[in-house]
Amino acid sequence: MRYLPLSDADRLEMLAAAGASSIDDLFKDVPASVLLDGPVDLPKAAGEMAVERTIGALAGKNLGTSSAPSFLGAGAYAHHVPSAVDHLIQRGEYLTSYTPYQPEISQGTLQYLFEFQTQVALLTGMEVANASLYDGATAAAEAMLMAARITKRGKAVLSGGLHPHYRDVAVNQARFMDFQVVCADPDPLAREDLTALIDAETACVVVQNPGFFGQVRDLSALAEACHEAGALLVVAVAEVVSLGAVTPPGAMGADIVVGEGQSLGNGLSYGGPYLGLMACRQKFLRQMPGRLAGQTVDVEGRRGWVLTLSTREQHIRREKATSNICTNSGLCALAFTMHLTMLGEAGFTRLARLNHAAAVKLADRLGALSGVEVASDTFFNEFALKLSKPAAQVVDDLAAKGILGGVPVSRFYPNEAALENLLLVAATELTTDDQADAFEAALKEVL
Amino acid sequence: MPTRTILGNRGLQLEQPLIFEQDSPGMSGVDLPEPDAVQDRLGGLGRKESIGLPGLSEPQVVRHYMRLSQKNYAIDSGVYPLGSCTMKHNPRLNEKMARLPGLSDLHPMQPVSTVQGALELMNLLGHWLKVLTGMPAVALSPAAGAHGELCGLMAVRAALEDRGNARKIVLVPDSAHGTNPASAALCGYDVRSIPANDRGRVDLAALKAALNEDVACFMLTNPNTCGLFEDEILEIAEAVHAAGAFFYCDGANFNAIVGRVRPGDLGIDCMHINLHKTFSTPHGGGGPGSGPTVFSEALASFVPVPYVVDKGDRFDLVEEESQSNQKPFGRMKGFHGQFGVFVRALSYMLSMGSDGLRQASADAVLNANYIAARLNDLLTQSYDGPCMHEVLFDDRFLKDTGVSTLDFAKAMIDDGVHPMTMYFPLVVHGALLMEPTETESKQALDQFVELIRGLAERAQGGNEQYFKEAPRMTPRRRLDETAAARKPILRWVPEAS
Repeated sequence: MRYLPLSDADRLEMLAAAGASSIDDLFKDVPASVLLDGPVDLPKAAGEMAVERTIGALAGKNLGTSSAPSFLGAGAYAHHVPSAVDHLIQRGEYLTSYTPYQPEISQGTLQYLFEFQTQVALLTGMEVANASLYDGATAAAEAMLMAARITKRGKAVLSGGLHPHYRDVAVNQARFMDFQVVCADPDPLAREDLTALIDAETACVVVQNPGFFGQVRDLSALAEACHEAGALLVVAVAEVVSLGAVTPPGAMGADIVVGEGQSLGNGLSYGGPYLGLMACRQKFLRQMPGRLAGQTVDVEGRRGWVLTLSTREQHIRREKATSNICTNSGLCALAFTMHLTMLGEAGFTRLARLNHAAAVKLADRLGALSGVEVASDTFFNEFALKLSKPAAQVVDDLAAKGILGGVPVSRFYPNEAALENLLLVAATELTTDDQADAFEAALKEVL
Repeated sequence: MPTRTILGNRGLQLEQPLIFEQDSPGMSGVDLPEPDAVQDRLGGLGRKESIGLPGLSEPQVVRHYMRLSQKNYAIDSGVYPLGSCTMKHNPRLNEKMARLPGLSDLHPMQPVSTVQGALELMNLLGHWLKVLTGMPAVALSPAAGAHGELCGLMAVRAALEDRGNARKIVLVPDSAHGTNPASAALCGYDVRSIPANDRGRVDLAALKAALNEDVACFMLTNPNTCGLFEDEILEIAEAVHAAGAFFYCDGANFNAIVGRVRPGDLGIDCMHINLHKTFSTPHGGGGPGSGPTVFSEALASFVPVPYVVDKGDRFDLVEEESQSNQKPFGRMKGFHGQFGVFVRALSYMLSMGSDGLRQASADAVLNANYIAARLNDLLTQSYDGPCMHEVLFDDRFLKDTGVSTLDFAKAMIDDGVHPMTMYFPLVVHGALLMEPTETESKQALDQFVELIRGLAERAQGGNEQYFKEAPRMTPRRRLDETAAARKPILRWVPEAS
């Protein structure tokens, strides 16, 4: 077995040193009735070639987005990741290290986390950011609980333009804590009036920008309404590239910003692992969950970094911690920060403009087809189309033609007849004119 | 003689400024085409202010992250004996498999007809986990161990609510990971602590006394965080079930028993499995992890969405509660879980096979016992008898030396080894918890033993100052954590010009 360095001779010698005559002696505390006497019923060990064949065969049964025109979004976006990123994150010192609890020999991880936190704060227009959470959906739920701790109130209002998975995770978390959640109806046209739902018990309003259905909204008035009522505004950003082109939540009065960071540095990977972003105002820092890298000095006075404010965390505070989170998304955060460092201000803003231009062109083309109407009057790189027939069927018909033609809203809202014909379509810098041609032609045929 | 070099570098240890201090405005390491001119659809909400991101070229970026990487210790560098963290070798085959086209480039919302291989892979991973644990159901979506704990407790609460009474209390041993009580609190439960007995195990009498009709669940780590198998576990399970409560097992230490003991045979109702521990997926400097959670028959119908269903001729994905014929408690995470971690873990499982996994747990336990045997004349092992995959010492051997567990650990760093887990579990004083894992050779262990013995002798020989000043050879020496917390600096800000 190639991963096991002990030889049989080593084992005998070591057993003797441990005063055991066989390995069973070392398992003597296990009740005999439950000790298995041989391997369980699963295949035996296999070499690299055999494993590659097995997993390669599974991969071969899928249609990857890199081998088909793909217009999928809904919270996960295909972007081009510079080659250097994937090479660098696979350096063993990053890939195979643990959480940086020994700062003297973890300065690499701690420094990139400090840089990552700075980048996230800059992108969102907030004062501080943490070192990542699991994903956008769980980050939104954490933000809701954080707002509850800050305001000491027991209710959240969720926008109908919030990603349904973010909503579901928040609703699920809330129900186990006797925390009340008010969900606005799905809001494809961004017409909801959330201010009417805010009351004296409201801890926060959670809204997504750009919204799940694509719309870009000015949240300033909502922020004011929240603050007047003593509530916080939580803004979720499901497509972080939008922050290169759209006014950031911090400039519109957000108190906590959460986001999905997958778009930078991280591949689609069928939905995970991704990374949750979280940023907030400085005054809320001590209620923020997740790890934080902070600057300090060593005994020689040299600048260095440590994990800090850990008294918020579960390994110190146990049941009184701000969250139960321990493992976060370190390596995904590294990929994120590397990609963003590669891009820089000029590259990142250009990337955002490329995405927006690709989406505008695609929306104009598809919207001109008969039986297709662009439902989103504003958008960044994803918009909703209202089709003349159910979108799920259209998507299946397009898939049969080798085109991954967007996400039917009904996949998230199986019982909402009013949303049945809505299709979410995304375009990014990867979208070529040829792909748009193929999509347009195929859509014409299946409608 | 000057103690500092001109640039502050020390041989291959190179000082590296922040990316923000290397800014060349307008520079980019990525060449992108100029976007077509379009009438924007941002509704007047286009970004007005610049962001403040620095501009660097590709060679500068590559050098930056290369240099930073050289300041990190890693399992690829050497022994990483962090107790309860299972820092084992991370096979590179796993990385290759996770990057295969057809896996790495799948979008989570593709039509299920186009991802049949991905669903089959998830189903296969679930099958391995169910067979290895002897449990009938699995939730793959939890993102990490603590998330898996929460998943288990949510299922417990949902099942109890279904019976008509959610109950109020979760019992947790003194020696538990901090995530256990934190997860219980997130699930709306009060936490009560159960003491350990003088053998480092759960005090069964105390547990029985604490069990009543208000107790929803007992959470136990097994093998426990003292590195010991809970030898009364069958009695524990019986007592917990007799009180109408559920029995949660924290699977952080599953590596000790995989292929040898099935948690399902121990009467456990749910257990999370850290794929990033037992199944070799990389820790990545703190994540991503993956915490699939297995369930007994009593909890199987409450498994959250999404889950994969084998329909014989195809695989289906149940994503919404309204589509389920079970009673899923809800959803815990966006999309379908840490798929890229699933691929890596399955690659490891297929590589090891049922026989290799069984050998791995044996070697993990043997390695820990070997260290114990080689050290326990000089160090003070907290509990007698064989340990499982990790061995617990306390700081009695440092008594009157002036050297603390922390000082001792920092001196290990100077000798090129990552310290063990310190001051955890809380049930012994100044804990040193060592978990070598099965992927260390005897030679590596002998060297480790030599180091620990040498340091113990040095400490007992009155060399306090050596320890207080350690580490000396590292990119940074001891850092002022108090100052960092008192006045937090959590981001770079430009110097006022």
